Amino acid sequence: METPRDTSAPPGDQQPPQGAHTATPNLAGSSPQRGRSSLSDSSRTGRRGDAIFKFASSGSGVLLLVIMAAIAAFLTVRAISAISANHGNFLTTAEWQTQTDPITFGIAAIALGTIISAVVAMALAVPVALGIALFISHYAPRRIAQALGYVVDLLAAVPSIVFGLWGALFLVPHMIGVNAWLNQYFSWTYVFHQNEPGTQPRSLFTVGVVLAIMILPIITAVTREIFLQVPRAHEEAALALGATRWEMIRTAVIPFGRSGIISASMLGLGRALGETMAVATVLSPSYVINFHILDPAGSTIAQNIASQFGESQGTGRDALIAAGLVLFVITLLVNGGARLIIARRKEYSGADA
Amino acid sequence: MSSLATSSRPLGSSLTERRLPRWMPAANLVLAVLLGLAIGAGFDLSSKLQWGLIAAILFVVIQYVTSAVVEGRRHAKNYLATSLVWVAFLLALLPLISVLWMTISKGIGVINANFLTHSMNGIAINQDGGGLYHALIGTLEQVALASLFAAPVGILTAVYLVEYGRGNKLSKAVSFFVDVMTGVPSIVAGLFILSFWIIILNMPFTGFAGALALAILMLPVVVRSTEEMLKLVPNELREASLALGVPKWLTITRVVLPTALGGIVTGVMLAIARIVGETAPILMLVFGADTINMNPFSNPQSSLPLYVWTEYGKGTDQSQARAWGGALVLIAVVMILNLVARGLARWKAPKGATR
Repeated sequence: METPRDTSAPPGDQQPPQGAHTATPNLAGSSPQRGRSSLSDSSRTGRRGDAIFKFASSGSGVLLLVIMAAIAAFLTVRAISAISANHGNFLTTAEWQTQTDPITFGIAAIALGTIISAVVAMALAVPVALGIALFISHYAPRRIAQALGYVVDLLAAVPSIVFGLWGALFLVPHMIGVNAWLNQYFSWTYVFHQNEPGTQPRSLFTVGVVLAIMILPIITAVTREIFLQVPRAHEEAALALGATRWEMIRTAVIPFGRSGIISASMLGLGRALGETMAVATVLSPSYVINFHILDPAGSTIAQNIASQFGESQGTGRDALIAAGLVLFVITLLVNGGARLIIARRKEYSGADA
Repeated sequence: MSSLATSSRPLGSSLTERRLPRWMPAANLVLAVLLGLAIGAGFDLSSKLQWGLIAAILFVVIQYVTSAVVEGRRHAKNYLATSLVWVAFLLALLPLISVLWMTISKGIGVINANFLTHSMNGIAINQDGGGLYHALIGTLEQVALASLFAAPVGILTAVYLVEYGRGNKLSKAVSFFVDVMTGVPSIVAGLFILSFWIIILNMPFTGFAGALALAILMLPVVVRSTEEMLKLVPNELREASLALGVPKWLTITRVVLPTALGGIVTGVMLAIARIVGETAPILMLVFGADTINMNPFSNPQSSLPLYVWTEYGKGTDQSQARAWGGALVLIAVVMILNLVARGLARWKAPKGATR
């Protein structure tokens, strides 16, 4: 309150020129007053407004934390009530019987299916996504690269149900040939062995392919950003030493982007683990533990929830919530890990991913 | 090392190493495609995909061999990497183009004025006709309700992160959990609302319940994009405003937020585009309906992605055609939202800035 008058007063006092004397009282009289009244006004509303606004904005931040905590808490409460009614071991039982009288359910088969489909998706998507990211950042002409980056972003927005529809109605019939080929030549790997060749490939492998296509744009988008941040000086130094473009990428780009590649892959993994509808359209649920990924069998946690939900009541729904809690914890760990890697990297590179 | 030795030949002969002519990759590509066609036709392989794969592998091999013969191993490796990158790119484009092509070609035949203005009321599964008007209404209302909740909370959270909580413990925790929340599967968000809203509070299945789950999914996206935009606002603007004696909250609402408005709107629209396509929480919380229900606060509704799912599940030719139609409308909505948002971002972006 005092400071404005103090600071504006000295100029009024220090006005030795006599010619301006008539103007000075006017200045000294009106302007500090105007300044004071409006300032004191605004600082009063300002203080209250500040308090309200700060409360609202920090409250929103806290609300976000509360939501996360509430998700964990409510899922846990329902999950405990389901698991206490369970007659099987939740972790090692494969079957999912929630309608019959001795309620028996477990996540052994569906967790395995989730992991297998995600592994297949990662194995297919990560190399290809790296290729596309490199293509956009280092191989394509600049104009085309920009347009491609744009297209990749758009493709990341295609809803999962559309991928699911495509997977079920287009990809499944077209996978028969691929499956037969894999079974014929790679049956010895055990993984690609088919118990009944020629069946409809509504299998974990097909799901993995669909998931790979779905997570491709995300992995590409993040790694592309990282690759574009590689210091030009590193690249030019490598080229000036006579490296070919590939050697430049191997010695300058990949080491710089390694943690970015890892975290992008983990973000993709998180998405693949939690994907529901694309899996639910392709697979028909079955609860057997089967490592032959071409066989039409297997379920994932998310797909199991979506396909069982309509028929479940009471404890059955709680059982699904218990499965959802497992999925929540897994994705939390995967995503949290990815973010920690990015954050650690950000500290020394100043990069933003 | 040997290749380095060969490259340091006497300067007199040539300043550069022996290189393949520029047209060589193109010629190799033509050769590989021709060979691929010949092999495909010769061995009578039914799948055109196999033809393409054979041609791609041949291209990589021919490219490697010619380069290794003429230029040496290092350059051959470089060509191999280049070819692989190109193959990866083309390989990835195939399914993505296929998805779009299938949706458009199969969906366009279904879409007409009747499809867009009628519900599925009284349409048997093996009957033509019917439409997705009820689903369109449901999607619009649920998404609007979700945005009504998620946009203000998200923007305020971002304001807190950037303007108030710079680097303190709470803001670090919020920031981390925003990132983690981005990865929460949509089905888990649905289960949370199910356990909290429907099982414990004993509320019915409504569009509003679905909107709550969508808001949870939308929130982190809004926070993240708004935060990025607020960080781009030059500090000089804040300092100038504060130096004029304007209180902080007015500085934020009158100076900072308007400056970043274009980017914030873009972020909100992209977040909307993300939740429009969510199926799983809608399936669990809104439950689906065949008739028009304008009120999101009572009785089940439908939504576009749920419509696609239920029509697919019916399994007849007619319903699958409707599913493709619904998918096309859904993709169109998402793409329009994206394009408008990005156009807005470009139009509103400060001159010379890359974002």
